[in-house]
Amino acid sequence: MNDFDWGVIARSWPFLAEGMALSALLVVVSTAGGILLGLGLALMRRSDHAFIAGPATVYVTVMRSVPLILVLFWFYFLVPLVIGRPVGALASALVAFVLFEAAFYCEIIRAGINSVRAGQTEAALATGMRRSQVMRLIIMPQGLRAMTPLLFNQVIIVFQDTSLVYVVALRDFMTTASVVASRDGRPTEMYTLVAVVYLAICFSLSKAIELYGKGRAR
Amino acid sequence: MNYNWDWGVLLQQPYWGWLWSGLGWTLLISLGSWVIALSVGISAGIARCMPNRAIQIVASVYIEVFRNIPPLVQLFLWYFVFPELLPDALGLWIKRDLPNPEYVTAIVGLGLFAGARVAEQIRAGIAAVGIHLLPAALATGLRPLQAFRLILLPLGLRAVFGPLTSEFLITVKMSSISLTIGMLELTAQSRHIENYTFHGLEAFAVATVVYLLLGLSVTGLMRVIDRRFGAAKYRRASS
Repeated sequence: MNDFDWGVIARSWPFLAEGMALSALLVVVSTAGGILLGLGLALMRRSDHAFIAGPATVYVTVMRSVPLILVLFWFYFLVPLVIGRPVGALASALVAFVLFEAAFYCEIIRAGINSVRAGQTEAALATGMRRSQVMRLIIMPQGLRAMTPLLFNQVIIVFQDTSLVYVVALRDFMTTASVVASRDGRPTEMYTLVAVVYLAICFSLSKAIELYGKGRAR
Repeated sequence: MNYNWDWGVLLQQPYWGWLWSGLGWTLLISLGSWVIALSVGISAGIARCMPNRAIQIVASVYIEVFRNIPPLVQLFLWYFVFPELLPDALGLWIKRDLPNPEYVTAIVGLGLFAGARVAEQIRAGIAAVGIHLLPAALATGLRPLQAFRLILLPLGLRAVFGPLTSEFLITVKMSSISLTIGMLELTAQSRHIENYTFHGLEAFAVATVVYLLLGLSVTGLMRVIDRRFGAAKYRRASS
């Protein structure tokens, strides 16, 4: 403990930066894909037809009740089988993340849509709009305002979740740090660094969201 | 898709036994860390609402730090780094003589992570029932801690019964990350079966169903308790 070696961080910095880039890629892809698929699921769940709403509900319930690590394992083995050839850990992890986070984005989007009062839909329909127009022009713009803080919050959660690709040996920020930690025998320095970096990023993002929410409420 | 499904493998020993012991550890880790999460979370949640500025700050720092570091990183900090930071004798004792070190690390790490989230819920619950009850309670002659224990906490806990149930289920799912420090809980055992038999998908399917059933039964049980203790009724009356 008495020989805390900060040099190890400086030496491994380029390697760690590559890891951070992979973490960022995972966050961006799973957020974009997750929101898109989540929107589809949310609209399906609002359907009056049980055979459209049902599968979406089952999907969301299942995804929300299993651990992300198990989902990562599932797709680590399933994706190559479906495609018929090895695809590598990154492709499998991206598929797993998009499909997993979509369930959570679905619930956020659904809550946002539900926060718009039913009177709005009725009034819009009375003006002669079609259902799709009501959703696009009336409900979504208002729902979006209600769901933005929650969506941003979910991005922070996704960022924290990406550290779990450790279990499929994908080299994100956390995993590169742990590679250095065991290669150079410096777990104390590396894991402290990882904790501080995650803390700084997640804390400042969550404070920014809080301020944004407060500014809007005024 | 070219996969040779063979569900019979799972019924053979030792694989069936592995899944059972995995489920056992998942439950033990979840319950162990939930005990820590509830006790730390309730204390920090109350501290966050206390009229004393210093206590508030200590609680906020705990909540922000433990919420904003990924649980996997926290687990590694407790497992690899914490013993190094202690005085030599104590660090050595943890590394050598602590019984079941992986289990203890898992429940402490996961418990303190969940505790920060529980604290936020408790604070929200106390805010929902009205922090304005505090001056009233103090005016009757109760000390601050008594006011929280007897008035604000019982009401606040009921108000956040649903969110706390979700937090518990998150803890159950989170217990799977303890496989990274060597706990053989349900997810680890299904991965283990894949290693030995190459029939991983069947094992993952069983694990998925078990987590799903666990989640549904906890949710169902909590709904019954919620209704029995009048919290659902209380929410309806207040809204």
